[in-house]
Amino acid sequence: MGDTPGIDVETTHQHPSGARVSVSDLNAWFAREILPLESALMQFLRRGWRNRNDVEDLCHDVFVHIYESASREIPHPARPFAFAVARNLLIDRIRRENIVSIEAVADMETLGISVDEPGPDRSAIARQELRRLQTALNGLPEKWRQTVVMRKIEGLSRPEIAARLGVAEATVSQYLAQGMAALADLFHTEAGDGPSDTGNTP
Amino acid sequence: MTGEPHKPASAKDARAEASAWLERREFGQWSPTDQAAFDAWAEAAPANMVAFLRVEQVWQRADRLRALGRPMRPAPQEVPRHPLSILPKLVAAVAILATIGMGAWFYGPVERAYETPIGIRKTITFADGSRVELNTDTVLRARVTPNGRYAELVKGEAFFDIQHDAALPFTVLAGAYRVTDLGTKFIVRREAGRLEVTLVEGSAEVEPIAEGVPGKRTVLVPGDIVVASADGLKVTKKTSPALANQMAWRRGLLIFNHATLADAAAQFNRYNTKRLIITAPSVARRTIGGTFPTSGVEEFAEVAKGVFGFRIENRGNDIVIAP
Repeated sequence: MGDTPGIDVETTHQHPSGARVSVSDLNAWFAREILPLESALMQFLRRGWRNRNDVEDLCHDVFVHIYESASREIPHPARPFAFAVARNLLIDRIRRENIVSIEAVADMETLGISVDEPGPDRSAIARQELRRLQTALNGLPEKWRQTVVMRKIEGLSRPEIAARLGVAEATVSQYLAQGMAALADLFHTEAGDGPSDTGNTP
Repeated sequence: MTGEPHKPASAKDARAEASAWLERREFGQWSPTDQAAFDAWAEAAPANMVAFLRVEQVWQRADRLRALGRPMRPAPQEVPRHPLSILPKLVAAVAILATIGMGAWFYGPVERAYETPIGIRKTITFADGSRVELNTDTVLRARVTPNGRYAELVKGEAFFDIQHDAALPFTVLAGAYRVTDLGTKFIVRREAGRLEVTLVEGSAEVEPIAEGVPGKRTVLVPGDIVVASADGLKVTKKTSPALANQMAWRRGLLIFNHATLADAAAQFNRYNTKRLIITAPSVARRTIGGTFPTSGVEEFAEVAKGVFGFRIENRGNDIVIAP
């Protein structure tokens, strides 16, 4: 399999419950259409929900709702659907928490998130993505960063990394898992810092 | 969703578990037992699967950091006690460094091989923004550098979406032929003794590059399909709906429009280890239309049975459709 480690998990097993969309199609769709919306959705949610500590969980919840719904039928186009889910979830939460926050609701009405704008030039995105990856990598705590670099860039094995860092292999695993999680977080955090709601424009 | 409705599922927990799974898979000691345990975890809740897809996607994309070779070290910083607390400052600092350093490591010098097993698709994005989607059972080697951009399709099928650069054409080698992009989306499919190039958008040229190979340099316009075989190069045209059907694999679909059952079975057999066998001519020449998932061998056999009244026999890994 070339030198890319890992298994294409998204396409290796079938859905058990007889859902209409196969797991492989669903996962490929989700990765392609929905995951890139994270920073835009986070921004949308941050504007509609006061407690910023909840926003990460809310966004995860939005993903879960989208995924479940798409397992029955994949919605087209994806972007407006994702924002509709986020919006409904927010309204739902606002009702349940019994927060009569007029600002929150009004704000959502006027957010005017553009749900179907064309993406910017792809080479610009590619360049920007590489920059975001690099920034995310360099933003990792040192041990995690070293571990990720040794694995991802230098392609070292677990014993080799353990020897270089002078730690147990189990510790390498821990660093790497934490590094992977933080890399994903930082990758999306950075995009969310921009002023745009697309997450694509610098 | 499970759990209390008022409290959203903890993203952190699901993500920590997801990255632990990804880490276990990363070093290649991944047994069928691991896979089964992983499947059980992923299927237990969409929250798990979603968290996994998210961390996996960024991890896969981080392949592009290899273009760095030896990485730049960030400005010396104390190891933060709380990993995210010094983030904003650090992000600002390294963003500047990263921007300055960009040009030098933007392209990777190394040739890499990309493969897909039967039934799997994969998308590669290169440093220049060009994208290649590999279809089932495909091997592609590629090198994208400031001095040249090329790929070799060793076998299978790939959809190329190339960022055009007049000074740096992207060439695709396939057997005895070379395809050169002139600003383009195109598909190349290579099988034993046969090469097919379909131009979807833009412009491209196909030329033989070996001695004694039939055919001459041919410039394609959208909708053109060039088939290179022992008889030389032959250009035909496709309407855009037909073209869209031909590209349905990119969405995991096979779309048939008056296809013979023999042709349809041959298509399914590219994507599945479970094979459809049709030997009777009376079955083979019947035509069918419809849309199926590429993995839908059994559905297809059921349709053949239901619509035409054919018999279906399961023989080990084969499904035989007989009159």
